[in-house]
Amino acid sequence: MRRCEMISVGAGPAGLAAATEAARNGVEVLVFDENDRPGGQLFKQIHKFFGSEEHHAKERGFDIGYGFLEEAEKLGVEVSLSSVVMGIYENRTMNVLIRDRIEQVRAEKILVATGASENMIPFPGWTLPGIIGAGAAQTIANIHGIKPGENLLMVGSGNVGLVVAYQMLQAGCQVSAIIDAAPRIGGYEVHAAKVARYGVPFFMSHTITEAGGEKWIESATISQVDKEWKPIPGTEKKFELDTVCIAVGLNPMTQLLDMLSCKMVPVPSLGGRVPAHDLGQETSIPGIYVAGDSSGIEEASTAIIEGRIAGLAIAHSLGYIDDSSFLEQRDRQFKSMVGLRSGSHGEARKIAKEYINAVMKG
Amino acid sequence: MRIDDHPILGTFEKGQKVSFVFDDKAMEGFEGEPIAVALRSNGVKIHRYTMRRNQPRGIFCAIGRCTDCIMVVDGTPNVRTCVEPLQKGSVIQTQVGAGPEVTRK
Amino acid sequence: MSKGMSETGYLSDEELDNGPGIPSEGRRRRGPVAVLECIQDIPCNPCEASCPEGAIQVGEDITNLPHLLEEKCIGCQSCLPVCPGQAIFLVDESSTEDVSRVTMPYEFLPLPEKEETVIALDRAGQELGDTTVIRVRKTDKMDHTALVTIEVPKEWSMRTRAFKLKR
Ligand SMILES: Cc1cc2nc3c(=O)[nH]c(=O)nc-3n(C[C@H](O)[C@H](O)[C@H](O)COP(=O)(O)OP(=O)(O)OC[C@H]3O[C@@H](n4cnc5c(N)ncnc54)[C@H](O)[C@@H]3O)c2cc1C
Ligand code: SF4
Ligand code: SF4
Ligand code: FES
Repeated sequence: MRRCEMISVGAGPAGLAAATEAARNGVEVLVFDENDRPGGQLFKQIHKFFGSEEHHAKERGFDIGYGFLEEAEKLGVEVSLSSVVMGIYENRTMNVLIRDRIEQVRAEKILVATGASENMIPFPGWTLPGIIGAGAAQTIANIHGIKPGENLLMVGSGNVGLVVAYQMLQAGCQVSAIIDAAPRIGGYEVHAAKVARYGVPFFMSHTITEAGGEKWIESATISQVDKEWKPIPGTEKKFELDTVCIAVGLNPMTQLLDMLSCKMVPVPSLGGRVPAHDLGQETSIPGIYVAGDSSGIEEASTAIIEGRIAGLAIAHSLGYIDDSSFLEQRDRQFKSMVGLRSGSHGEARKIAKEYINAVMKG
Repeated sequence: MRIDDHPILGTFEKGQKVSFVFDDKAMEGFEGEPIAVALRSNGVKIHRYTMRRNQPRGIFCAIGRCTDCIMVVDGTPNVRTCVEPLQKGSVIQTQVGAGPEVTRK
Repeated sequence: MSKGMSETGYLSDEELDNGPGIPSEGRRRRGPVAVLECIQDIPCNPCEASCPEGAIQVGEDITNLPHLLEEKCIGCQSCLPVCPGQAIFLVDESSTEDVSRVTMPYEFLPLPEKEETVIALDRAGQELGDTTVIRVRKTDKMDHTALVTIEVPKEWSMRTRAFKLKR
């Protein structure tokens, strides 16, 4: 059985940030990712990021990803791709399916940075070909270079829906509308303005009630909803189109942590059931850490900082950094987080994270 | 369908152009790109029909998680075409139900 | 009150009048000036960092709204391509004729050419009418965000926020 000091499951921004931070402090790190390319969500993100300079503001997502990879390589971090971690067991061993062989690996510290999966809403016709996740639209257009469809409807006005709608325009698709059952746009208004000015209408307090078509989607019907989000008869509008993108939220991927019976807390503002963790990102199971979307849905910028904190905490607990230097470095990361978890979008996440930290203390 | 020149990404790096067969029709795609992408660029939307209700399915997640895109590739059923690389001369078939083994019984 | 940006995706007239990043008419008439259409407390400050004149203030708390100090702005355009929200425009109403110039970020292909006729769009994507492209800038530093300047009738200068090609 192979052994190493630290394993990160996931090579997204959280996993890579943790790996580089730990490696910089001397930890021997191995990273597994089931994808055949590293970077997680970052490589689909071709827009410029918000935040401040320290958060890579105004850099495009994929450029941030390349930066991390270069750094990881320089620091000797081993990134094993096409490697699915199937289970983590007691004594921190794990089974990894690397292409077509299964390997057992054991680590002293494990970080679960597996990201999130997309939520789905059922409606009549929702399984028709042409109805896709917003993440799929991004993968198809921005990684593989084909249009997911010619004319599409975006369901969901959070940042994912807004950003993907804009990226679909850049790919050369028509966007008929962006709809959301909520009365107000969920994502950043400036993202919304970017598509509105090219004539994409917003239908707030609307939901999709039917997808029409024999073998693939040919039309979508939307209806206004009342306060209980029930469709109001007589308010239907029908769009002729060939694609519907669903962007109704993400939920943390925590299956690996569930297998370990890690303590979970339901927190709607972070996307559902979230693993309890302390200020160093350690879960209720000693030696198992969590960071990024799998510890509560936030953003790449926060995932990076959580990853760094986890990397530092791991380096510290393995004895590579002393107490005072650890606390000082961790403090710097906390400071950098403050701006990201404030304002009308961030405040709720800050409160939720404090709650999760408190649950850990018991 | 293919994006020739992207405002941010420029042109996409692809392998060699190769031919393959989909349900007895000759098609072209780029070596190494996911089979589903090559099919999509040829206008194919339906990847399979479900076992019980014979409903059509196509790409949904595009990252190998949902299995909506599984097809019969070179005789092997249940291949997730959104992550399986296209090879020169691949023979790809729409999967009906669980695929050939089961239908033959 | 008309519906605002949080429902329609674009600024209402009231929001435009009250925005802390919107230069006065008097300032716009004196020459090119930045228009910051950013009125939500999101964590972001590259505009402030990019301005060589200190004409944009966000402050330590990066969720503060960007404020434009209109007298300091020299209309250099540095803040336009760095804004991840593409929320900054440059407006110049100084011409003695009845035309103004509007500069905006553009991330689509093909790019328009100088002197090409394009259709001006307002914030909601409604067509205002034909206009002429004066300048197209795209440098490596702008990282794929081009800046396109078009000439529009003066009354459209605070309405034109996009354009579409006729070809
Ligand atoms: C459309 C869109 C736009 C966004 N825009 C922004 C933005 O402008 N700014 C911003 O800050 N954030 C943005 N985000 C959010 C940001 O992308 C995510 O918050 C961030 O990527 C989370 O990082 P992560 O490392 O936790 O997860 P991910 O990036 O999802 O990475 C997780 C990785 O783990 C791997 N994995 C999962 N399970 C396993 C397993 N069992 N074995 C091996 N590997 C596994 C996955 O393959 C994946 O590569 C956006 C998200 C989307 C979808
Ligand atoms: S145009 Fe130039 S001077 Fe004016 S705010 Fe922008 S960067 Fe500053
Ligand atoms: S850079 Fe743009 S989005 Fe960010 S604060 Fe400045 S104006 Fe707003
Ligand atoms: S589309 Fe989901 S597995 Fe291929």
